[in-house]
Amino acid sequence: MKIAVCVSHVPDTATRIKIGVDRKSIDSAGVTYIINPYDEFAVEEALKTKEKIGGDSLVYAISVGSDVNKETIRKALAMGVDEGILLKDDSQRDSFGVAKALAEEIKSLGCELVFCGKQSVDYDNSITGQILSELLGYNSVPVVVDFKLDGNKITAEREIEGGKEVVETELPAVLTAQKGLNEPRYASLKGIMAAKKKVIAEKPAAASDNFTEVLDMNLPQSKQPGRILGTDSSAVAELVKLLREEAKVI
Amino acid sequence: MANKILAVLEQREGSLKKVSFESASIAVKLSKQLNLEVEAVVAGSEIGNLNDISKYGISKIVHLKNLDFQNYSSSGYSEAIANYAKETGASYLIIGNTAFGNDIAPRIAVKLNSACLVDCIDLNVDANDVIASRPVYAGKAIIKSKLKSEVKIFTLRPNIFKAELSDAEQANVEVKEIATPNLKSKVVAYKKSEGKLDVAEADIIVSGGRGMKGPENFNLIESLADVLGAAVGASRAVVDAGWRPHREQVGQTGKTVSPSLYVACGISGAIQHLAGMSSSKYIVAINKDKDAPIFSVADYGIAGDLFEVLPVLTEEIKKIKS
Repeated sequence: MKIAVCVSHVPDTATRIKIGVDRKSIDSAGVTYIINPYDEFAVEEALKTKEKIGGDSLVYAISVGSDVNKETIRKALAMGVDEGILLKDDSQRDSFGVAKALAEEIKSLGCELVFCGKQSVDYDNSITGQILSELLGYNSVPVVVDFKLDGNKITAEREIEGGKEVVETELPAVLTAQKGLNEPRYASLKGIMAAKKKVIAEKPAAASDNFTEVLDMNLPQSKQPGRILGTDSSAVAELVKLLREEAKVI
Repeated sequence: MANKILAVLEQREGSLKKVSFESASIAVKLSKQLNLEVEAVVAGSEIGNLNDISKYGISKIVHLKNLDFQNYSSSGYSEAIANYAKETGASYLIIGNTAFGNDIAPRIAVKLNSACLVDCIDLNVDANDVIASRPVYAGKAIIKSKLKSEVKIFTLRPNIFKAELSDAEQANVEVKEIATPNLKSKVVAYKKSEGKLDVAEADIIVSGGRGMKGPENFNLIESLADVLGAAVGASRAVVDAGWRPHREQVGQTGKTVSPSLYVACGISGAIQHLAGMSSSKYIVAINKDKDAPIFSVADYGIAGDLFEVLPVLTEEIKKIKS
């Protein structure tokens, strides 16, 4: 079976955001980029699935974006992914545009099982997996914390408010990975060396209409620091009074 | 004719969720500004409190019904709702950005050859366009955008938009039987988690960080949460250490929350955590280190030992609640 993992290249979560000169995106100067944290769970689940079903299964890591995304593809290769593919587009695509490019490639590769991170920690949409499944006509379960494949049958647990839904469906399918699904493996030194030598296939990303127009990006209004009421429990009475009378939240 | 705005409601176990009233209320508000008709639509089997929607100013409620819709089915619900939107000529859909809304909105968008903007915290009408504000980078920045697709779908972050009562309309529920629903993906069971409240839905959150010193001390957090009727939250450090389950994690790679009151205990305030909670209405920080970054976003702070402060705070609140 052919398995695809979709990976995105995002600013490290410790990044302090500065708005770029275009006022529509961030200033990427000095920003460290990493593989999207949720995509590591996706890569791990793809590798685990491959190991379990055995045979001549292949795992492809696919990313949409510019040359810098190769770093993230290499990270996936170092973890054990077989092939890396960069769908090149230097412009800023919305989730629908990204999914369109992924769908075309996954279709031509013939992957029956697709894993994505549940969301990219840059634009935080958490919709690309669902769009991708619709474009492919695949079944899908997003925000998965448990995944079982038995022949064609999928049983997945997905996180929702206050609990989990147990979902049954079948291949072909797209799953999006939530933290808790697995423990992503560390890349071995051998894996890292091998990944360096691998050729990452480059193709132009399939054209797509952009339905979203970004008007501007701003920093949120910064909060005024408040008051330190004291250094021990003698401040509790005043705190409770303020919460009741000033904030009116209790 | 595209001339309608649809509020897509969410029901669980046959009763409408609170976010549905927020969607209904915003749909009504937008319908007035855009001069559109407004309707509500919901997929499900038996639904108890559908008529309540009329209090928010929507009279026509369309119930897409099938016995198999008792449990959520992403394929079945999205197909039924997209078909109805097409049939009725909807040009806007408003949905709550819950697990349900975030799953179904992009599916409906693709089926309508359109697009969606999710997790909106503000919607404004400007020259007949709806401008959506949404947090990105876990709230470290806010982006304003608009949609150019034929049908425009917006999902609303829960607890941000107010569900405003309107002149009560006479409820008119129209039931449409869905003869052959697409059940390729369906929920077969629901496992309720042990915690009483989910951080994503709670109005008050009490969170603990590494300053709690160990999982055994979270009873202090739980007691305070109990008397406040709050959900328990956690920092990434304690979730990664295995002290607390991931569903409680607040911040980037966890949940972004905006409760009325957020009480941070033993949390220093790493940038990932601040991003996820600094839009809370009021923030209280209890931390030994008076220079901890958490105090830069807190409205009220106690720079002291939480093991001494928390029990007193819990007792004090218990007193005023009784």
